[in-house]
Amino acid sequence: MKLAELHPEGTRETIGSVHFTAEDIIRFAGKYDPQPFHLDAEAAKNSLFGGLCASGWHTCAGWMKCFVPYWMGEIRRLAEQGIAAPKLGPSPGFRDMRWLRPVFAGDTITYFVTFVSAKDLESRPGWRINTILCEGENQEGQPVIRFESKVIEFP
Amino acid sequence: MLYFEDFPAGKRFDFKPIAVKADEITAFAAEFDPQPMHLSEEGGKASILGGHAASGWHTSAMMMRMLCDGYIHETASEGSPGVDSMEWKKAVLAGDILSGTCTVTEARVSRSRPEIGIVKLSAVVKNQRGETVAICDYANMIRCRPTGDAA
Repeated sequence: MKLAELHPEGTRETIGSVHFTAEDIIRFAGKYDPQPFHLDAEAAKNSLFGGLCASGWHTCAGWMKCFVPYWMGEIRRLAEQGIAAPKLGPSPGFRDMRWLRPVFAGDTITYFVTFVSAKDLESRPGWRINTILCEGENQEGQPVIRFESKVIEFP
Repeated sequence: MLYFEDFPAGKRFDFKPIAVKADEITAFAAEFDPQPMHLSEEGGKASILGGHAASGWHTSAMMMRMLCDGYIHETASEGSPGVDSMEWKKAVLAGDILSGTCTVTEARVSRSRPEIGIVKLSAVVKNQRGETVAICDYANMIRCRPTGDAA
């Protein structure tokens, strides 16, 4: 089964939620993005963000944290119906990522994936590149992140 | 401290090299991207990536660290609205040494917030063989130099 056959174009699937604690935000930032508004609640008050908030890369990683178990679940769900799940490979990248709102300490972000389109790779018969829309919303339903990701699919 | 005015188009910053460690690849993957090729050397060797490979999100995070150490730590940075494109060109494997540069491609003052500049940059991450592993075009909001502050 191809990814394009699994979900109708434009159908948004909920893939999971991540709760961002101050401790997690500071731990991630200390290692990968040590800027004052990701490390220190007091310093963050004086920034444009106005409060301690997650590195944008932490918010992205949260999407992947939800997608992997979601996809494992899809593989199992399809197997129970006797269907071989699409074989997805590495991603060559993403585009148009927008960090729409800060993710503040204490926020819970729910992530989504929407199948957008598929393109056959002329150089490798049977291989495709899928475009998927990835989104996240906070507990108020406000969008915090969106990006379009590419995913390779094998025959 | 560097301000918006210090980021004209063409300005380049070099990254300090960082070593990609197997245990950090595994730790990042265990928390955010638990796929076999990121979790262990065996899983990596059995995959299309050919070795214990960092999650693309981990490579992105490592790039961010190099940006922080390269210029953001001494810049009046106010974060980023987003990334126009990220290309993961080549697998980043345990033992690799990453380095690279970022170059200003465009700089303008924000229309809605004249005290903030929006600087677009292109970061190129390379491995120890000089191969490009990632290219990232992104924006950085940077405060303009305060009035009366000498350069």
